[in-house]
Amino acid sequence: MFAYYLDLALRSLKRNRVLTVLMVLALALGIGATITTLTVLRLLSGDPLPQKSAQLFYPQIDPNTKDGYIEGQTRPDLLMTYPDAMNLLHAHRATRQAAMAMTQARIMPRQPNAHPFYSDAVMTTSDFFAMFDAPFQYGGGWTASDDDSRAHLVVIASFLNDKLFGGANSVGRIIRMDDHDMRIVGVLKPWAPQPRFYAQGLGSRSYGDGDALYLPLHTARALEMRPQDTECYAEVPDMLNLETAPCEWLGFWVELDSSSAVSSYRQFLDGYVRQQIELARFQRPESSMLDLMSFLRQQQVVPDDVRLQAGLAFGFLLICVVNTVGLLLAKCLRRSREIGVRRALGATRREIFIQFMVEAGMVGLAGGVLGLLFAELGLFGIRHQPAEYAGLAHLDVTMFLFTFVVALVASLIAGILPAWRACVLAPAPQLKAA
Amino acid sequence: MAIRPIEIRPILASLRKHRIPAMLIVLEIALACAVLSNAVFMISKRVSDIRLPNAIDEQGLVAVSLRGTDQKLVGSDIPRNLAALRSIPGVQQAAITNSLPLSRNNWGWGFGVSPDATLSRQKSVNVSLYFIGEGGARTLGLKLLQGRFFNADELGDSKFGKAALPETHAVIMTRQAAQHFWPGQSALGRTIYSRPFYYTVVGVVDNVLRPNVFTQNTEKSYDVLYFPMSAAGSMGALSYYIVRGAPRDRDRIMRDAEQKLAELNPGAVAKGETYLSVRDKYFADMSSMAWMLVLVCVVMLAVTAFGIVGLTSFWVGQRRRQIGIRRAVGATRGQILRYFQTENFLLSAAGVLLGMAFAFAINLYLMQHYEMDRMPWYYLPGGAISLWLLGQLAVLGPARRAAAVPPVVATRSA
Repeated sequence: MFAYYLDLALRSLKRNRVLTVLMVLALALGIGATITTLTVLRLLSGDPLPQKSAQLFYPQIDPNTKDGYIEGQTRPDLLMTYPDAMNLLHAHRATRQAAMAMTQARIMPRQPNAHPFYSDAVMTTSDFFAMFDAPFQYGGGWTASDDDSRAHLVVIASFLNDKLFGGANSVGRIIRMDDHDMRIVGVLKPWAPQPRFYAQGLGSRSYGDGDALYLPLHTARALEMRPQDTECYAEVPDMLNLETAPCEWLGFWVELDSSSAVSSYRQFLDGYVRQQIELARFQRPESSMLDLMSFLRQQQVVPDDVRLQAGLAFGFLLICVVNTVGLLLAKCLRRSREIGVRRALGATRREIFIQFMVEAGMVGLAGGVLGLLFAELGLFGIRHQPAEYAGLAHLDVTMFLFTFVVALVASLIAGILPAWRACVLAPAPQLKAA
Repeated sequence: MAIRPIEIRPILASLRKHRIPAMLIVLEIALACAVLSNAVFMISKRVSDIRLPNAIDEQGLVAVSLRGTDQKLVGSDIPRNLAALRSIPGVQQAAITNSLPLSRNNWGWGFGVSPDATLSRQKSVNVSLYFIGEGGARTLGLKLLQGRFFNADELGDSKFGKAALPETHAVIMTRQAAQHFWPGQSALGRTIYSRPFYYTVVGVVDNVLRPNVFTQNTEKSYDVLYFPMSAAGSMGALSYYIVRGAPRDRDRIMRDAEQKLAELNPGAVAKGETYLSVRDKYFADMSSMAWMLVLVCVVMLAVTAFGIVGLTSFWVGQRRRQIGIRRAVGATRGQILRYFQTENFLLSAAGVLLGMAFAFAINLYLMQHYEMDRMPWYYLPGGAISLWLLGQLAVLGPARRAAAVPPVVATRSA
């Protein structure tokens, strides 16, 4: 029976080629636009570390003065001062904890006639790699004692290892950075969580390539490397000594494995703030600790434009569906006589309904296939845009399947009204008119 | 024969018979109208952001960033580098600065107008700081409105101590910054404070953009201060060499300048850019969004128009016999044409009325959830008229086909 409906639908679609093309094209454009923008939206609002994000938390405290403070409304600043980050780090109250800031490192390749270049670098503490599940190709991270002894060592990204050492095991070799010799202790596998959550608020980009170089925070500071972003909240007597200046420039993450660990860390954080208020270092009692995904939402890391584009595409799809409903309906109203004949010959309402839904479904599938092409075209366009996330825009399998579901659902919704109209037609008047 | 006015009643009667297709056309026009007016509003906002005026010589300016030089030698390196840049053919001016408008390289600070003002005071005005060396004002092409540019003493003596602010007492600010510090008054000769530093305004220049602009509050994008800075006392803060020449020379000047600085400073990294490309890069995201919106609008209007054509064509096909009868009893082609045009006009009218309400609601929603301003009222009738015209254009083809139906159709059996 289904084959018969398919045959009927094909015949009907062939009878009005221009109209069929119009319906399929409109639906395909709507679906193409929706899938393109949804792919980007999904990509940008994704979980950077799916296996770990529930255990990662971002504590925030507020060293600002009471000036401009509204109780219960003013949120603590995003970054931390050096003393606070070090106090929390050395308290070891979490399974793992790390402080970090972004910087730029000047790298001098060993090859003769090679030009120096700048690369993104992370100055951080020893737990960084284990806490964020950064995978090593060769070697490993450094230890807490390396942090304290300001050891001249670095971990490099795979792309930097490819560039400098042709991808060979470079552990133990020396890299010339900011006119200092640094020993390589580890080489990461390709690693670039999206969004770049750990760089959020540190003056770096939110999406895109991973960082080239990781080195101990104290080592970097001893070499006078400066953070990309520094926010000061009071008179600064000595800008060069960021460790004592009233400036926030560090991001601080902790790993907490259970909900009891989370609540006890919250208590610890509140206790720390109370203690700092007693010491007259702090004035504001607020503290906050968001998990990774809440932190990204609160930071509104997904650009407004991307969310607007998705909304716009949905509006567009809606217009396309209304358009298809109208055209299908017009078509079926013209075929009332055919329906009358089929009903008179014994077709039930249900059969008429199914026949029209099959026809709508075929329009939908054709729209889906064409829509997929449009989506690939749209994503191709996005990859050639200047946005920092541009290179990431690829259609994945889920989105591929989703395209067909969207297409089918959209077309079936568009088909319901015409199909219902067709099946409730009384056969007798239609036959009489003939 | 007098032209009779179009009878609306038969049209309404006929529409009542085709309630659902009529409602679909109305809905489609309403949605298109709502999306169109909001999209056009977003496009115009972006276009005006991209065109934000910036009172420097954008056409002739070239910037070369030089990073990784030895900070202890800047006192002799900078004058040497500048002399080399000035020797490039076609270079009219060369100077050094810490950052450029729209370079995203921001040095922000808060100042107040009372001696006890500090950085963090709520009342302090947040500004972006630019530090310029000798010849900086002329190289940038700053437009002096009041007072003077920095003199040789100020440029030679200014230096960084340990603090984040320079040890000098002269400042030049933009017209907009002056307005924010002293609304409605002249800024010249007045003093701004950020304890323990204070600076006296020696000049007011036309509005220059910050390294980052605020798209919601455009006025704040011009809160800019210029400080003098000596090469020797700059502590490595000055890393942008700026060069000015004729616009036709700028690409060659950029290449030459980059090459020259790289040769003179072998351990450092020199990167040249024309100012126009700095500006284009800053607004690249915005302009690609604007183009995307334009594309969506065009495709959406096309889909709507084809939908109207499709539905009306069917309508005409369905009513060939009635049209034939009307023609046979004396209706002119023009009357048939006008019948369908009026019908479309009525449907569009209902559509755009609904659409304007939708558009307003969407704008309210966007204002709540995004950085969006209230849409000026004229976008609503603007969108309405566009959809009206689109409807009339779309209906023209089918309506003319209807008018071409010969009266003899009435005599044939359907």
